[in-house]
Amino acid sequence: MASTTSAPPPGMERDLGPTGEGGGGFQHGRPAPVSTFPAAVRPSQTGIWVALAAISMMFAALTSAMVIRQGAARDWGHFELPGILYFNTLILLLSSFSLEMARLPFAQDPDLGREESRGNGRRPAQVLYWLYATMGLGLIFVFGQLAAWRELAAQGLFLATTPSSSFFYVLTAVHGVHLLGGITGLAYVLHRMSRSTGSRPRTALGVASVYWHFMDGLWVYLILLMMTRMNVA
Amino acid sequence: MDSSPQAVAHHHAPPQGFIRKYLFSVDHKVIGKQYYGLALLAVCIGMVLSWLMRIHLGWATAHIPLLEKLSPAGAPGNVMTPEYYLSLMTMHATLMVFFVLTTAPFAGFGNYFLPIQVGADDMAFPRMNMMSFWVTFAAFVVLILSFFIGDGPALAGWTSYAPLSSVGAVAGPGQGTGQTLWALSIAIFCVGQLLGSLNFITTTLDLRTRGMSLARMPLSTWAWFVTSVIGLLAFAVLLPACGLLVLDRVAGTSFFNPAGLVVNDQALPHSGGSPLLWQHLFWFFGHPEVYIAILPGFGIISTILPVFARKRLLGSRAVIGCMVAIGFLSYMVWGHHMFVSGMNPFSALLFSVPTLIITIPATIVVLLWLGTLYGARMRLSTPALFCVGFISVFITGGLSGFFLAQPSLDTYLHATYFVVAHFHFVMAVAAMFGIFAGTYFWFPKMFGRMMNETLGKWHFWLTFVGVYSIFMPMHYLGLAGNVRRYAAFTDNYLAPLIPVHKFITIAALFTGAAQLLFLYNVIWSRFRGPKATDNPWEATTLEWSTSSPPPSDNFGGRHLVVHHGPEEYGVESSSGDYVMQVSPEKVAAS
Repeated sequence: MASTTSAPPPGMERDLGPTGEGGGGFQHGRPAPVSTFPAAVRPSQTGIWVALAAISMMFAALTSAMVIRQGAARDWGHFELPGILYFNTLILLLSSFSLEMARLPFAQDPDLGREESRGNGRRPAQVLYWLYATMGLGLIFVFGQLAAWRELAAQGLFLATTPSSSFFYVLTAVHGVHLLGGITGLAYVLHRMSRSTGSRPRTALGVASVYWHFMDGLWVYLILLMMTRMNVA
Repeated sequence: MDSSPQAVAHHHAPPQGFIRKYLFSVDHKVIGKQYYGLALLAVCIGMVLSWLMRIHLGWATAHIPLLEKLSPAGAPGNVMTPEYYLSLMTMHATLMVFFVLTTAPFAGFGNYFLPIQVGADDMAFPRMNMMSFWVTFAAFVVLILSFFIGDGPALAGWTSYAPLSSVGAVAGPGQGTGQTLWALSIAIFCVGQLLGSLNFITTTLDLRTRGMSLARMPLSTWAWFVTSVIGLLAFAVLLPACGLLVLDRVAGTSFFNPAGLVVNDQALPHSGGSPLLWQHLFWFFGHPEVYIAILPGFGIISTILPVFARKRLLGSRAVIGCMVAIGFLSYMVWGHHMFVSGMNPFSALLFSVPTLIITIPATIVVLLWLGTLYGARMRLSTPALFCVGFISVFITGGLSGFFLAQPSLDTYLHATYFVVAHFHFVMAVAAMFGIFAGTYFWFPKMFGRMMNETLGKWHFWLTFVGVYSIFMPMHYLGLAGNVRRYAAFTDNYLAPLIPVHKFITIAALFTGAAQLLFLYNVIWSRFRGPKATDNPWEATTLEWSTSSPPPSDNFGGRHLVVHHGPEEYGVESSSGDYVMQVSPEKVAAS
């Protein structure tokens, strides 16, 4: 039926790399890549999108819960969104801009901070400044959100006051916690960059910025959602 | 995460010291065993709870020794109250669904074997992997705590329908601290599973070794991969749902609590929340969860069956397609749990149709298994027996699903023992048979020793006969109108059915006792079993190309190159009738 000398069917040997000479399927002593993919692809670059899928799903669930809850009874209770939220939105958009400014040197110099270029410790001061600026803007956003909470509380709108205020606090809190995660991520990138040797933050920075921009876009979605569903007309 | 060869080599220097090696290990094999151990602990507790319930159902006035010690209020004079019965039921289901059926076949075996089967030396994010286990363990501790503090464990069922679950202590014993702990525990569990799923997906996509194309992945890896995609999206919905439930309970919000609710003569201050909203959120997770429990079983059976049938799995590509289709469709059928919830009858029809459609891929897979068995000269070792048993109980449980998928029939059968029989066969027992098949099959790889075959076969036959004795009669109970979740049937129209319940109870105790054979076999074989060779079953997948048990970096620094798919059985080669995935030997397609 089958023999060891017959030619493999077409496709059998497809996507095989160098297999070594009669090595029993193993390659000894050669630094073979661990991954099927080019070394430039790192698990964290895939993982971040997987994580974002889960986060999207969570906010989709909260959104549909909000829509259903709003239609379930006549107790929704519109209120005026605190004005500082629009300022916060601007701050967060600016932070995405400053993060891209931090990444600019990486885009201009393809070797900068690459994992393969060992000992490439160059870290232009510009990168550090923009990263600090991004984290600072992120923190201003978080404090701005806290200020918005205080403003609502001063009006007597607490977590359990109306369904609309419940969802307002839940959505902003869950987003805020995720944004703090983004700030932690940027802090990790800065930590990597400040190490004296072997600093290769290109991937980490790329992954952190994907997350950061997503949190930015997510907030734009949330503020539009709240403007249309919670704000008094 | 570094994955350059040097970094990996450094990362995988074998850890020193007990804590790093066994407790807070980042090795996916240790984490897999930890998950499996947790499931073993949970299944023992869950089984004991089911015995207590069954004894009470057969003999409602029976004194159960020591029960009063566990809960003075729940079992005064060693006879359990109806409320405590519901608590035990809730804890039985929660432990079994989350900490056994999700934990063992998916997180346990998946952690241990997914990286090895794709030729990676660890998961993509080992530290996150360690965190995922310990988060899951914390969820387990929080759940078990509710036995010992406050007013006892929650009693709203594993589905925790609002408003019973959301109004708080006023609803009775177990609905105070117990229910809050339940919601917290499940929320924590969700976090653990999300971290795990993230790892599974990334590892499958990025860390496959040379030559391991997606089409060459073993079906078990495919199943874990599809399951992790389902889990990623399902647990991401349950997590915020549990969060909202906790807020309703502790912060006075009205997400699920309706207006004008009077509980135990007490008017509650909530405004118009929606109890149906909880059901939608829960079952949007809950139905995919059923496939999270069973799909790893599909993968395990599809991987093990060809090994013992000594032939290719019929249509393995079709099995992959069916598993993906099931994963996709699992998100469109949640409403079939809510036919009698007061939903619009037209939406019942909308959920009924995809429910019937999802039986098509499941049926195709079953037929492909049967086709594989047809004409095979089976090696009837214990793993093979459990594979065949899996197919049997899955068919039995699947058939009753056709009835329940019809809204008109479900209106009668809903919340009867017919449903209990259905989901125990199709999900619980089937998944357990998958776990048993996996255990007997992979034990030699995990511990380097063979399990005892004689004990294994006794275990199989006693369990097989036992589960049919327990769950077959429940179909008749359900058709006779025997409702579920009742603590006793002494003084009502169901009294004539009590002899059936007594029979089921005896069968449950008997089947439970048979599991001691398994426990004994696992413990005895772990230390005294005969040493296992690297490939005792003559299987092809990558885990059999390394030592038993594998070294801490899985392949001892070698980087494997894959030449074949996992299905090369029934061929002629230098090694016999199979060709391993890493063998460079060329074989013609049979």
